[in-house]
Amino acid sequence: MKHDPSSAVAGDTSAIRAIGARWSRLKPAEIAFWAIALGSAFFLPSGFLLLNELTILALFAVSLDLILGYAGIVSLGHAAFFGLGAYVAALAAKHWGIDPVLGLGLAAGATALLGLISSVLVMRGTDLTRLMVTLGVALILYEVANKLDWLTGGADGMTGVTMNPIFGIFEFDLYGRTAYIYSLSVLTILFFIARYVVKSPFGWSLQVIRQNPLRAAAMGVAVNRRRAAIYTMSGAYAGVAGALLAQTTGFASLDVLDFHRSADVLLMLVIGGAGYLYGGIIGAIVFKVMQDWLSGITPQYWQFWIGMLLVVIVLVGHDRLIRPWTWFRRSTGSKS
Amino acid sequence: MSTVLQTFGLLKRFGGLVATNDVSLTVERGARQALIGPNGAGKTTLINLLTGVIAPTSGRIELEGEDITSLPVHARARRGLVRTFQINQLFPEMTPSQALAVAIAEREGLGSRFLRALGRRGEVMDECGALLEQCNLTDVMDRTTSVLPYGKQRLLEIALALAAKPRVLLLDEPVAGVPDGERREILGTVAALPDDVTILLIEHDMDLVFSFATRISVLVNGGVFAEGNNAEIARDPRVKAVYLGEEMAGSAYA
Repeated sequence: MKHDPSSAVAGDTSAIRAIGARWSRLKPAEIAFWAIALGSAFFLPSGFLLLNELTILALFAVSLDLILGYAGIVSLGHAAFFGLGAYVAALAAKHWGIDPVLGLGLAAGATALLGLISSVLVMRGTDLTRLMVTLGVALILYEVANKLDWLTGGADGMTGVTMNPIFGIFEFDLYGRTAYIYSLSVLTILFFIARYVVKSPFGWSLQVIRQNPLRAAAMGVAVNRRRAAIYTMSGAYAGVAGALLAQTTGFASLDVLDFHRSADVLLMLVIGGAGYLYGGIIGAIVFKVMQDWLSGITPQYWQFWIGMLLVVIVLVGHDRLIRPWTWFRRSTGSKS
Repeated sequence: MSTVLQTFGLLKRFGGLVATNDVSLTVERGARQALIGPNGAGKTTLINLLTGVIAPTSGRIELEGEDITSLPVHARARRGLVRTFQINQLFPEMTPSQALAVAIAEREGLGSRFLRALGRRGEVMDECGALLEQCNLTDVMDRTTSVLPYGKQRLLEIALALAAKPRVLLLDEPVAGVPDGERREILGTVAALPDDVTILLIEHDMDLVFSFATRISVLVNGGVFAEGNNAEIARDPRVKAVYLGEEMAGSAYA
């Protein structure tokens, strides 16, 4: 951005307005990304089951990015929302046979409520206490689901969940094409809502809270209220992701509340990079593809390579990792 | 003149230590008042009490006649009681224009709105541009805060406070650590503030205090030791003794 201050006339606002407009402009790379993602639903011959799962994990990771990447709230128990959403959607389908989209709404409502209630737990304390508290909430939900086996099927999982066609028209098929298009549509819609929210004054206020809560409060930002708001929204997003999984697989088991769900989603976000929304999607792709491909080669050791990638990312950093030509250059006189 | 900020018997105890002892301070609207005192006199504690970072053990604070003693930090800021920090409290990953736009939107009560992008709100961005201009930050408005020179960061620290359109501005050592050449820029910005903005300056530098303030309160050992206009404070032999004593002690250690 070239700008000569001496030539700036008082009252000339074109420069600052141009800068502001750039903050929320849709970049060509983003358009290309969504064109490829949506195109794949119609032109790929197969592989929809994997793509569907990937899309759901991507939405789950985006939900974590909202609290971690924007508001700076760490969580090791995001599966609590994912799992609750899955069970709500499965129960709604099994007992009431309602439309899948309505089931998503129910799951979103229930998980938003859980988010709102549990948000008071992540207000205070340090990152460490937040990790422990979120972990604890997820563990409690896991055991509750385990105990309520008359409702959830307990350790055996809930079977007999048959999904109605979406809007009564689109039947779920064996190859997962409908499922993938369904999940991808939901991801796309929710992603752009999230993108809209993070570019709004509310979204920016989350960023100032993450970067300096002391100053944010001194500017008049109601820090705790904003944290509660985004935690609620993030919970609803994770709940929708879980609901999609239950609906598209027709199954819900304790696995949706398991600790590995919380850990995996955090890994995905770290792999893809937090704080720009696309990181969750990219991380989910890398994670799922590596898992699928590596477990084909070395079924027992694929986690080794995920761990290796994580170490490399932490040591090298995202910026240099995607620019291989900078790997062997000595960092001279750079500021840390 | 009317009183804009007033404290009544403000007391803060940290365990056995009395950091602020029965401070009853009165600041008139539009005042250019300074709060001085030797190291450990309780200046920073007093600021933290006024802005709500810590709660007083006893006593009361009133802003324009309203009791704000139990209000949280952000509610006081919303009422126009705004501070700068002795040690910069900025947003390292953001640019000055982003930080100021957020601050302006927050003052306008838009902070919980999510229906239109911040950068596309013309009235916010226009004011942001004017504020950048006013604080000499236009040349660095699109650079990341963490890489800005210290003097510019210091200006941004003050600009962030001004974005809140303060009625009472508490400046906590605004030129601390700023090289002499860049001080003028910062002081000029402060001096150019409108008359109805009340300023309470907390400062160490006596030259700066006497050139800026018209009224001075001297804080010693947590209590108000002396208060008066510049001439009175300059003449006061007790104040001289406090500062001279400190300086002599300082030179003895040097």
